[in-house]
Amino acid sequence: MEQLSITSNDDVVIVRQKVRAHAIDLGLSLVDQTKVVTAASELARNTLVHAGGGQACIEVVQNGMRRGLRLVFSDNGPGISDLDLALTDGWSSGGGLGLGLSGSRRLVDEFTLDSDPGRGTVVTVTKWTR
Amino acid sequence: MTVQESSSRRRIEDLMRENEDRLVDRWVEISNAPLRGRVVDSDVRRELRDLLRALLRSSESPDGGADLRGLLADLSRTRARQGFTPGETALAVFTLKEAVYELVEADGGEEVLHGYISLSRTIDELGLYTFEAYTAAREKIIADQTEQLLELSTPVVKLWDGIVAVPLVGTLDSARTQVVMEKLLQTLVDTGSEYAVIDITGVPAVDTQVAQHLLKTVMAARLMGAHCIISGIRPQIAHTIVTLGIEFGDIVTKATLADALAFALRQSGVEVVNRRRTRVSVRAEEA
Ligand SMILES: Nc1ncnc2c1ncn2[C@@H]1O[C@H](COP(=O)(O)OP(=O)(O)OP(=O)(O)O)[C@@H](O)[C@H]1O
Ligand SMILES: [Mg+2]
Repeated sequence: MEQLSITSNDDVVIVRQKVRAHAIDLGLSLVDQTKVVTAASELARNTLVHAGGGQACIEVVQNGMRRGLRLVFSDNGPGISDLDLALTDGWSSGGGLGLGLSGSRRLVDEFTLDSDPGRGTVVTVTKWTR
Repeated sequence: MTVQESSSRRRIEDLMRENEDRLVDRWVEISNAPLRGRVVDSDVRRELRDLLRALLRSSESPDGGADLRGLLADLSRTRARQGFTPGETALAVFTLKEAVYELVEADGGEEVLHGYISLSRTIDELGLYTFEAYTAAREKIIADQTEQLLELSTPVVKLWDGIVAVPLVGTLDSARTQVVMEKLLQTLVDTGSEYAVIDITGVPAVDTQVAQHLLKTVMAARLMGAHCIISGIRPQIAHTIVTLGIEFGDIVTKATLADALAFALRQSGVEVVNRRRTRVSVRAEEA
């Protein structure tokens, strides 16, 4: 398990690199590697941009014969008051494309979004080997 | 400084002035010893002589210290650029103590010894100052290199009359993408080109941020009357872009840079044909 703090753009790059290294280790296909790395990039940047920073945790998990990569992004930022709205394609509170959160959900196998307005946000995603 | 202190300080500085040549010789010798030929003796001699003179001047005039600090900052900058460690750089200053002490010993007077203690304190301060100046110089060098790297890693190349290309390699952060975008648009203006190819073969992942930067560049180029083609979208990137939900709309995309060039050539009316090999056989005239 690897714990990384996200406080700058450089940290987002580091998260991406670590996730890629783990994905390769795990033997994910090239397409799946790229998908999970891209999801990590989106979620790490959301942590930085919308919550002013937070943590990323990278973990290898096992479910029977399958192994997977689990990423947890947590922050103590403002939280999200309307989860459905945040997960709507094209909705952004800033000037973004509004595809980071909803797109990440499609890029991975499991996706949970927990948010307490005023307390923070936790996004957990998992990508399984095939 | 008490009256007594300043008079003993004056005493040692006079001694140093009188023996300037000898003092500088010894200082150069002692400070260069650990550097083992990584510096040119005559350069160091000039530097240290100027430093010594500035030091001796600094106690005469109230703002003499500015001169001295300027020289020290110069020294730190050159040494940082030449790859010396901050310790080696500060040592150049600290070794003055050893050189002066030889004079003090030869003199043997108590007043000079008192002056030496005061001078020592000043030299310590100057040594620490080179440390700070060195660090500032290093940071400046690193910042410059980062900037150069940004420029270097984003060359805009001319492929044909009216067709330019920018091959992107590596991670695209905001700063880099900004540089690419500006450079590409500027090159379009400078060369009067109508086609720009952005090749992303070397980009490991395209997320919403990268996509947004690409889209903005394409839109800006369009406003300038140019056409953009994005090439080098590898299968895994294509998959990811589609899954994320990013739409490139009516932007022309091609699998490879070669395809993009062929497209741009065709659009601008250049015809590319395979030259047929024609073999001309000339039969020798019979004699
Ligand atoms: N960690 C977070 N803390 C607080 N708000 C968040 C967080 N992550 C996402 N949001 C909110 O959800 C919205 C949608 O996020 P999403 O990543 O889809 O879009 P975006 O970041 O605005 O743009 P982009 O498409 O460039 O990612 C954001 O605009 C923001 O308001
Ligand atoms: Mg986002």
